[in-house]
Amino acid sequence: MLSIMVPLYFTLIAFMPTSRSKEFITGAKATIPMIIGAIPFGIIFGTLAESSGLSMWGAMAMSLFVYAGSSQFIALGLLATGVSPIIIIGTTFVVNLRHLLYATALVDKVKHLSQGWRFLLAFGLTDESFAVVNTRYSDGTDNSRAHWFFLGSIIAMYSNWQLCTWLGIGLGELFPDMTHWGLDFAMSVTFLGIVIPYLRTKPMWLAVISAAIFAMALRELPHQLGLVIAAVFGICIGYASQQIGLRLKPPTPPSPSNKGAAHNE
Amino acid sequence: MNEAIMIAGMALVTFSVRYVMFAMAGRIVFPVWFKHALAYVPPVVLSAIIAPLILMPKGYLDISLANPYFWAALVAAIVGFWRQHLLTTIIVGMIAFILLKWITS
Repeated sequence: MLSIMVPLYFTLIAFMPTSRSKEFITGAKATIPMIIGAIPFGIIFGTLAESSGLSMWGAMAMSLFVYAGSSQFIALGLLATGVSPIIIIGTTFVVNLRHLLYATALVDKVKHLSQGWRFLLAFGLTDESFAVVNTRYSDGTDNSRAHWFFLGSIIAMYSNWQLCTWLGIGLGELFPDMTHWGLDFAMSVTFLGIVIPYLRTKPMWLAVISAAIFAMALRELPHQLGLVIAAVFGICIGYASQQIGLRLKPPTPPSPSNKGAAHNE
Repeated sequence: MNEAIMIAGMALVTFSVRYVMFAMAGRIVFPVWFKHALAYVPPVVLSAIIAPLILMPKGYLDISLANPYFWAALVAAIVGFWRQHLLTTIIVGMIAFILLKWITS
């Protein structure tokens, strides 16, 4: 698999004008921390597949076509308990609803692109690429070629995910007890690392803490609904406290020109 | 066969959720308050995913020394706030986790 991907990278880059390839490479590089976090996570997905009742080809196909780490894990968990495919598809939908919010946040940045580009970028819109790309779009520099950055991030993240799934399937056969090593912590710590830079204002702290508390309190709800409800609550609390904070600010003193006008009356 | 249907369905719903907004880009305009609220989405969603994994790995709230997920996350968070560097946070967190798991087992 690696022998296919590496030449593919270089062919892709070789055909791009320099400004595009620069964006593409910067996007791929900016995704490296996310890739490090995804390696153990992807491997553990591959190793878990067989014991959950998913075939080797099923595991690979899931990574290739679904390409959504956390819902792939949840699907494995549900498969192991023997629920029907319909329930698994429904749960995937609910768990991935957050991507609707990600897409909404980026929608103004892709509106000048062709449907083909939008199709491609939407397919690769994961938590990790969103975090990287969202930072790129809000860094204040020229965004006219930032979709190449986006594509670079997606291709780096995607090929790593395939490679790790494939490795995990192989390793799972060699070390059947690997599933107990706790490699799933890699996803948690990656997400934790993404959250930290956002925690700069009081409303953001409030939003994050309340979402975490709701998620824990509601975790018994079926089909991961608790996650969605907790997220909606967190967003509302953050936004509401931001609005209250704005209103509580002392009123701005009247400007000199206004004073003068009042005096003349 | 069942497996193929399940994967096709999962792929379809995941892609639809990711694509629907992009497909309509340029044809929808959002109010300002909506854009402000969107700024909370990524950290809120991610913390809602990880809070139960870190604080209740066995299904109940556990911040005892026997929960390496909690202590490793705490170490990673401290390093994260201090260094503000994602890769350092991830690597320190993973090392802390492996060490804690090794000590407690």
